Amino acid sequence: MSAPANDVQDYVGFDTITQQMERKFLKRGFNLNVILVGESGMGKSTLVIRKTTEIAPVTQMLEENGVRVKLTIVDTPGFGDQCNNEGCWVPVIKYIKDQHAAYLERELKPNRERIIVDTRVHACLYFLNPGSRGLRPLDVEVLKRLTEVTNVIPVIAKSDSMTIEERTAFKRHIKEELAFHRIMLFPYASDDDADDDRVLNASIRELIPFAVVGSEEVIEVEGKLIRGRRHGWGVINIFDETHSDFVHLRNFMLRTHLSDLIEVTSQRHYEQFRTSQLRQIKELRAQQAAAAASGGAPPAQPQVPLSVMQHQPMTQV
Amino acid sequence: MAPSAPSINSTMSSRMATPRPSSYRYKSEKRGMTYNIMLVGQSGLGRRTFLNTLCEREVISPPDAPNPETANVADPMRFDTYEVNLEEEGTRISLTVIDTPGFGDGLNNTDCFKQLQDYIEAQFDEVLVEESRIKRNRRYRDHRIHTLIYFITPTGHSLRELDIELIRRLGEYVNIIPVIGRADSLTVEELATFKQNVMRDIDYYKLPLYNFCWDESDSEALKENREIMDYTPFSVVTCDEVIDNEFGAVRVRRYPWGSIEVDDEGQCDFALLRYILLNSHIADLINFTEDVLYENYRTKKLEVGGFAEGEGGDEEDDDEEDEQVLSTSKKD
Repeated sequence: MSAPANDVQDYVGFDTITQQMERKFLKRGFNLNVILVGESGMGKSTLVIRKTTEIAPVTQMLEENGVRVKLTIVDTPGFGDQCNNEGCWVPVIKYIKDQHAAYLERELKPNRERIIVDTRVHACLYFLNPGSRGLRPLDVEVLKRLTEVTNVIPVIAKSDSMTIEERTAFKRHIKEELAFHRIMLFPYASDDDADDDRVLNASIRELIPFAVVGSEEVIEVEGKLIRGRRHGWGVINIFDETHSDFVHLRNFMLRTHLSDLIEVTSQRHYEQFRTSQLRQIKELRAQQAAAAASGGAPPAQPQVPLSVMQHQPMTQV
Repeated sequence: MAPSAPSINSTMSSRMATPRPSSYRYKSEKRGMTYNIMLVGQSGLGRRTFLNTLCEREVISPPDAPNPETANVADPMRFDTYEVNLEEEGTRISLTVIDTPGFGDGLNNTDCFKQLQDYIEAQFDEVLVEESRIKRNRRYRDHRIHTLIYFITPTGHSLRELDIELIRRLGEYVNIIPVIGRADSLTVEELATFKQNVMRDIDYYKLPLYNFCWDESDSEALKENREIMDYTPFSVVTCDEVIDNEFGAVRVRRYPWGSIEVDDEGQCDFALLRYILLNSHIADLINFTEDVLYENYRTKKLEVGGFAEGEGGDEEDDDEEDEQVLSTSKKD
């Protein structure tokens, strides 16, 4: 989205952060790291508005009225595309934990940077299959694990082939299944939520999963230029709320909940990781000390904290 | 083809063309051509609505709402059989459709191919046994699969491992016709690109799809068949919703941005595919199955020593009913 700020359709609205935060973040800007998880062809690339079609590391600088957001998108090629998908989530979880680990390492340095480069994943967009009537076994397995390490936002991309009734029924089934399997999605409810936060979060939860239709194409319809997808029987306008939840998703991630995504990652997911890592290190040191004191053989090497990568490495999209 | 009493002045050939009501041929035509189609594809790609739209009636009713408790468990693949009597341009077809829900829906789907292969081979084996009987059943119902419609996910990119493996493993046992399910999720350009990519993969991996041009004897038909192959994989949009418009009842999918009629040849290939399956190519598909696929299987089986000819024994040996035309005969 490097279009000029006066292009009305591309205005996102993240310059509405409150005054107190403004000065702090204005200088620094935000780093928003998003990982896209889903099988190929589910529409991941349609949600990333970028100027080139080649697969290359994509970091976009978005700027509105002096507020800068450095948006980094990571794709997960090969996820869920095999005949046997057992364990296909391992590289994804590893990537997310690796970013926490990298941050922890920088944080622990005696001589650490004033502002630590933050590559931690702030949001994970999980792509659901529009054809299924609800969650598939793969979805349940992956979502359970993803929600333990990051903020997960489920989306149905390429929902072109769902009628409104099908979309409504699908969302209802998904919500029932998520609740039954106790899969916790962002935004999380908290006791100290203000009332209007509660209302806003409730309306977000209603929409989940976001049925989006995304597109890079600008199409002319009756003299007007819109961004959409052209079918033989009609044109989908991605900014039309009756066609797609795209606007809601974008507002949610880049405006109303932008700082929440970052804060929750830092205060909840990262802290959880950090605590468990430091405990492991502490236990290891205690074991080594005990072994040394008793003069016995040193304890067996501890398990590598991070799981071993078994699949292709993550690529930055 | 209504029977008519043969006139005294009719020629021999016309007497043969319009069968007498009591003739064997008329009775088998009344029953209809035996035609067996299998539908394979991951759930959500439209197999159920494809069948309903193909037969123009609700053969399979919509499933119940999914049970949240079992969302994390994949049902094992099963073979559901549906029998439908159709009449297409005067020809009666006794259609059997085998749906395979559960294919490709689990975490680990590597077993699906063997199950399908076993099923298809079992139908061949039945025929092999029946053929080899000393006393054969003239009412034998052939269950060999004449066509396998394989539903490809409309990713827009290329074939996935599941698709490649399926075609590779089963292409030598059954005529595979690939279709793109839920083709309405692709734009016009995406569909064209996807079809190209799929065919490029088919060529690259040398995947054995049904070759419409297998019979090279008729040059007119060959030309037509080459044109048909250009449509592969066939884009399919189907549904249960029927509305009445000025042309009668039509199946339509309605979106906020427009509606698509499944029969509209400009929007998808369903109408063409239906015509191929139930009219123009039904004989070709059956013949290729019987004359080539089955024969290859039989040769392989007999050469390997699966069983020798004549081992089938007598029909009377089994407990099945045996309607005899001739007077009861004894085993020799």
